[in-house]
Amino acid sequence: MRAFSFERASEPAQAAARAAEVPGAKFIAGGTNLLDLMKLEIETPVHLIDVSATGLDRISSTAGGGLRIGAMVTNTDLAADATVRRDYGVLTRALMAGASGQLRNKATTAGNLLQRTRCPYFYDTAMPCNKRVPGAGCAALGKGAFSRQLGIIGTSDTCIATHPSDMAVALRVLDAEVETTTPSGASRTIPLDEFYRLPGDTPEIETALMPGEIITAVTLPPPIGGRQSYHKVRDRASYAFALVSVALIEREDGTGRVALGGVAPEPWRRPQAEAALPDGANAVMSRLLDGATPTEENAFKITLAERTLAAMLAEG
Amino acid sequence: MSPPIRFEMRRRTFLVGSASAIVAANIPWRANAQPTSLVGPDNSTVTLVVNGEARGLAIDNRTTLLDALREHLHLTGTKKGCDHGQCGACTVSVNGERINSCLSLAVMHEGDEVTTIEGLGTPQQLDPMQQAFVDHDGFQCGYCTPGQICSAKAVLQEIRDNVPSHVTRDLTATIEASDEEIRERMSGNICRCGAYANILEAIHQASGAQV
Ligand SMILES: Cc1cc2nc3c(=O)[nH]c(=O)nc-3n(C[C@H](O)[C@H](O)[C@H](O)COP(=O)(O)OP(=O)(O)OC[C@H]3O[C@@H](n4cnc5c(N)ncnc54)[C@H](O)[C@@H]3O)c2cc1C
Ligand code: SF4
Ligand code: FES
Ligand code: FES
Repeated sequence: MRAFSFERASEPAQAAARAAEVPGAKFIAGGTNLLDLMKLEIETPVHLIDVSATGLDRISSTAGGGLRIGAMVTNTDLAADATVRRDYGVLTRALMAGASGQLRNKATTAGNLLQRTRCPYFYDTAMPCNKRVPGAGCAALGKGAFSRQLGIIGTSDTCIATHPSDMAVALRVLDAEVETTTPSGASRTIPLDEFYRLPGDTPEIETALMPGEIITAVTLPPPIGGRQSYHKVRDRASYAFALVSVALIEREDGTGRVALGGVAPEPWRRPQAEAALPDGANAVMSRLLDGATPTEENAFKITLAERTLAAMLAEG
Repeated sequence: MSPPIRFEMRRRTFLVGSASAIVAANIPWRANAQPTSLVGPDNSTVTLVVNGEARGLAIDNRTTLLDALREHLHLTGTKKGCDHGQCGACTVSVNGERINSCLSLAVMHEGDEVTTIEGLGTPQQLDPMQQAFVDHDGFQCGYCTPGQICSAKAVLQEIRDNVPSHVTRDLTATIEASDEEIRERMSGNICRCGAYANILEAIHQASGAQV
């Protein structure tokens, strides 16, 4: 790990201003992703700004009947919240499908959204990776590469990594928005469907955040009801990242919403695919995954996604 | 027959071929990441309340809570398995919640109450969870055991607090300490010796002792 200096921020605007002022500074929240990457020198901040005590650890209702989730609310506290369990069940389900009890006690809402990919070549500094070193090449697309876990849609010729978060898939299906404070002290609201950037030629740019911008909260619109579920398929029953996951909200009349995890650089949702829900899983997936570009190792994810959704619909 | 989903197999596209190219490509990244100087000192002082006792430390900012406990306070009961959050051997309780001490910076724990395996019981008077692990042979080599025990105690508390898990069916009902619930909640603690069946029995015994 590289040496770094350290400071504690007591409020978000101050943290954002400092982050913009100090070159090479980064925020740290739970630390469960950033520290992991710093140990491997994939992340090399020279200054850490601890934002865990910035007063952003509360869940409250919004004037419009929705929910505001502070950026520093832990994954455990969010999943266990009575309102979330009752009105946004898909979020509790997705959170509890991720990581372990110990990690969820530290992982925060903002940190979870900004966790970086689990592509094995991103983690291996001896291998070329465009996300880690722009222009270096992509080891995942090399001959004999292991791409089983990687993306099948929304990817590009420069990067086929997925976004690993379970929580983000549920937030996407719930139409969440991200609230931020910029270094100049202004507030911004970014809908989650505009928050992540597809890789294109610049896989190192992952979100719409500007340098120094701090996430202060995630907001949810009023509850939409319906039967809410999250099904995650992985290589072991617990404590593993998704091969494919499906967040589903089904209403009585057969309409609803679907988003996928484990397949793309962002939680994958397309409204035109949801319109086909009354026609079943194949109809949905032929729209949601239309034009997918899997590798030979991960083409199975297409079938897996379809069958996972079919099983979930059959339970209803 | 349902219509097929249209897709096109991605071609193997581009890879930097030689090792020298990889090394060269790494240079700009290293150069960019290396600024002229740090903003402040690269070390700090912090006070942790470990097993009830306030302990002041002067440490490099990079020191994890795990290394602070083991290398600075010589509390070697807490183990380092992977150092990357993947095994649970380093599990300790901080302010009443279990965490992986390997993925947390000691400087971020000013004033925090840390309980390690050394703080749970004494050889003469074991904690009920420690006694249960002994009674049920909940270990073989014992390397994962301090983490398993710290985690297990927190698991029972989390169930009492009605925190849901991945296997909880009804999110609004009271949660029972069933086999399924305990196994899922203990999945963050890997045991290379595979003592899982006995660990489960031990946790049941301790759970019964507490009600
Ligand atoms: C072994 C293991 C298994 C895991 N399994 C899963 C899994 O199955 N599913 C899953 O979804 N996740 C999984 N995770 C990932 C885990 O969910 C993330 O590590 C965690 O959510 C990150 O949150 P944090 O608060 O610790 O973030 P940190 O590590 O503190 O920060 C992550 C990033 O967010 C930035 N950041 C933090 N707060 C802010 C803010 N307020 N504004 C702007 N930027 C900010 C930091 O600068 C950093 O870049 C796993 C992790 C491990 C180690
Ligand atoms: S898929 Fe993306 S993250 Fe993985 S090696 Fe290629 S560029 Fe890097
Ligand atoms: S040493 Fe911390 S989880 Fe393995
Ligand atoms: S007893 Fe040996 S690793 Fe668990």
